[in-house]
Parts: sequence; C-alpha cells; structure tokens
Amino acid sequence: MSDPVGGDGSTGADEGAGDEVADDVDPAAPDGGERPQPHTVRLELIDEPGQLLKALQPIADNGGNLLSIFHERGNITPRGRIPVEVDLECPPDRFEGIVDALREEGINVIQADAERYGEELTLLLIGHLVDTDLSDTLHRIEESTTASLADFSLSAAEGTDEVSSARLRLATRSNGTESAVETVRDIAAEKDLMVIEPLTEGSA
Amino acid sequence: MTGRRLAVLGAGAVGGSVVELAADYGHEVVAFADSSSAAVDPDGIDEAGALDRKERADAVGDGDPADALAADYDVLVEATPTTLGDAEPGYSHVEAALSRDRDVVLANKGPVAERFADVRALERDSAGDLLFEATVGGAIPVLATLADYGPRNVSAARGILNGTANFILSRMTAEGLGYEHVLAEAQDLGVAEADPAFDVQGTDAALKCVILANVLSEARADDPAEAREFQLTDATVEGIEDIPGSALELASESGRTVRLVGEATPEGVRVGPRLVPPGSSLAVSGTRNLVQFEHEHCGQLNLSGRGAGGPETAAAVLADVGRLS
Repeated sequence: MSDPVGGDGSTGADEGAGDEVADDVDPAAPDGGERPQPHTVRLELIDEPGQLLKALQPIADNGGNLLSIFHERGNITPRGRIPVEVDLECPPDRFEGIVDALREEGINVIQADAERYGEELTLLLIGHLVDTDLSDTLHRIEESTTASLADFSLSAAEGTDEVSSARLRLATRSNGTESAVETVRDIAAEKDLMVIEPLTEGSA
Repeated sequence: MTGRRLAVLGAGAVGGSVVELAADYGHEVVAFADSSSAAVDPDGIDEAGALDRKERADAVGDGDPADALAADYDVLVEATPTTLGDAEPGYSHVEAALSRDRDVVLANKGPVAERFADVRALERDSAGDLLFEATVGGAIPVLATLADYGPRNVSAARGILNGTANFILSRMTAEGLGYEHVLAEAQDLGVAEADPAFDVQGTDAALKCVILANVLSEARADDPAEAREFQLTDATVEGIEDIPGSALELASESGRTVRLVGEATPEGVRVGPRLVPPGSSLAVSGTRNLVQFEHEHCGQLNLSGRGAGGPETAAAVLADVGRLS
C-alpha cells in the first residue's frame, strides 16, 4: 500500500484517523478489494443530549457505513442507560478499529457483532479487591483471555480495607467463555478472591 | 398394593414421621428404634405411644436398638443421622438387612454418598432391594423420575438442594441484610440448625449431588460393579458464608441472583454459589428445592418442592416402600 505520509515509513505530526484512508481509497469499497460486510453493534448510552451523535461519529470516522440505527428509547438497561443497536457495513479489517474507537470514546459496547463477541459473561469477584491491586486484576483478565471487559461495577460498602465485591461483564468470542472463566478463576485463586461464576444452563 | 412390615431406625423428624404416617400408606410398623431404645411388636407397635414416649422421655420403648434390627420385618427404613466417612452406623444397618434378604429404604445419605459401591455390592448378593429417594431433594421424586426416564439419557442434574442456604441467600437479597443477621433469623425460625455448617458450607447439597453422580455414573457402566464411584471428597464444594450483601446487590442490579447450585454429571460433582440468569427456573426463593435434569429427549426437566421436613421426607420414604411392594 502506498504511504501517504512519507517514504521512510515514519509518520508525520499531521497523522489523524482519516489520513490512513488515503485520497485514492473509497471508504465504502476499499482495502484490498474486499467487499464490505454487515455488522451489528449494540451500545449503551447515557440519556443525555448529544450522546447518540458522539457514538456514531467514530463509526463514520473509521470507514463504517451506517445502515440503520435503532434507538430503543422506551427500553432501559439495568444500569439505567438506553440501548442502541447500530447496523453498519465496513470492510472486514475495519470492524475491529471501529469497536476500539467506540470504546476509546468511552462508549459502552455491549455487543459487537454476534460473530465476534458472541458470548457474554457476567461474574462476581469478592474479597480484598482493592488491597490486591484491582487494576492489575482487571488488566490481567483482559491480557490473558480473548475477553474484553464490557462493564465493571465495584461495591465497597464497608470501606476499601474491608471485603468488597465487583461485578464484571466480559464480552468473549464464541466458545471463549470457558477459557475466560478459567483464567479469572486462576487469577482469583492467586489473590485469594472468591469468584461467583455464572451458571450456564443447557450444558452438561 | 400389599402392606409391608417396617422396621424404622432413627427417631428424628423423618423416622418419627414415617412411624406416624405408615398406616396412611397401608403399612405396619413392627419395630422402631432410636440410638438407645426400641419398641418391637410383631403385631405392630403402638405408634402414638412410642412417639409420645420419645417426646417425653427420649426413649421409644423398653427394648434394645439391636432388637429392632433383629425383628421380623419386610423393609428396613434407615433414618438415622447422616454420617461421613464409614457412614456408620447406617452402613451396618443396611448390611444387616440385606444379608437377611430384606429390602432397605434409606433416608440417611451416608451409605449411598460415601460407600455407594459397597452398598451396591451388598445389594447384588441379596434378594433384597435398596431404594433411597428420600436422600435427594426431600419430598421431590428425583431418583424415581431419573429411574423412569433413564439415567443414561441424563447428561447432568443440577439444582437447589439445600433449603437453609437458599433461604439465607433469598432473604439477604430481598431485605439487603447481612449473612449473620439472616442466619440468626433462620435459626429463630427453625430453618437453620444451631450448627448450620453442614448446610451453609455446601456439604449437604454436595452429598445429594454425589448420590446423583453415582446413579448417573452407574447407569453408564457396562458392568455396574466397575462404575466410577463418587464420594464427598471427589466433590468441589464452596459454601455461602463469605458472600457479602454487596455482592448480592451487584447481582440484582444486573437482573441476576446468586444461588447455591449443585451440579452432578457422570464425571463429577460441583457445589457453589453461582450467578443465575433472570427468569431461570433455578431462581427459587425461600426453602424450596428444585432439581433440573438435562435429558437427551426431554431437554430440561424441572422438579420442585419441599426439600426437607419430617412429613415431606417421610412421604418420599413411604413412596419407596410402595415401589418395593
């Protein structure tokens, strides 16, 4: 691919999200000639003006073509937010970038395509979460699994030096749930934390 | 159905209720013993008299417990307290009855949870049969359903098998109260025992799951004598004592609830607190028990009801007696 910035491969100060889509590349029918594919992204938005626009911008900026938006205003998620379902199409190699860009904007991506993040996993961690370096715990869960942390809530009603509880929602790729649970279990055992795992009915 | 002559060992809530209700089910009690006394009469004991004496004087009669075991009965009902390890004295009671070619009905979990292979070996050498419906899920017909629908077709059994633990978790969730507070309340209500360890540490639920795993495993073996045997030590068990109210709140916020769930498969046993999804049939509240089978042809099969209590468990014992007739 041609380098619009410089022949030596270094990037200039003017590098931006749009610059990689060089002038000679049409965002809608692009990279390597691969056909755009449809994707569905489920988002959770705070009920404030401008939130929907803020969520759609990263999609357009990263080569996604919006197909439909279903803003479920009548529905409220357990955390008091509004679910939005966005259908878009983009070349296969752009989708990940779109999801990353949404998350960088602080938008809660509940589900990014049934194919990619087909399974969701909610579990509880109990113990001395703060004393055992919570950010390290979360970081290692994301590092060592294919799961990404979609949501996190901490409850330390008794103060940070007492036992606290956390709820983690992980988005995992299809069939990645079991290995994600195992990883969490290992990390928790090492830090003497209790894990309350989800019950998966229908499995043996 | 022909009436059977019963020898009832154990005079706790279950044994006492079996004695009280036997006649309603068309059976006669010819022997009744607690750990230190016995009432034996080949023409049928005075049930009310024995129960009354147990309540007043902590003895069921003038005889020796060994007299009850030696009495001329058709079915031995073993309802002494569950013990771990060698499962004694329950195991010896089972052995004594089967060696005399009598039938045995267990309410005591010990022999089938801790010495399943030994008990089955005794049964194979005997003309007597052994049933143990009352050991899993109290009044709920768990094992009879499993037998009727074919344990080979069941890949997993899971359930809420301890009413005390389920009561505590439901109350903590509903009222936002702490574990110690709800435990004390449960003890006042008679839902939890003075020493609740067996229930809240998951041991009781684990024993029931071990029994289920033994049944599932046995059904898959070409030779039942070679079936993989499970004991309590084979189970992965975690209790509910360390769950703070904040964890239950977090679960509720996401529409889920925490339940002490037991799972048995032909490969193993696991008991521990689990996050149960909204709308799950496992999200029962209070002391109610529920057992769920994964059946090859039926999909999910749920059975629920009271998992403990004297008359409830006695009904399961007497249902077994009826099956033997």
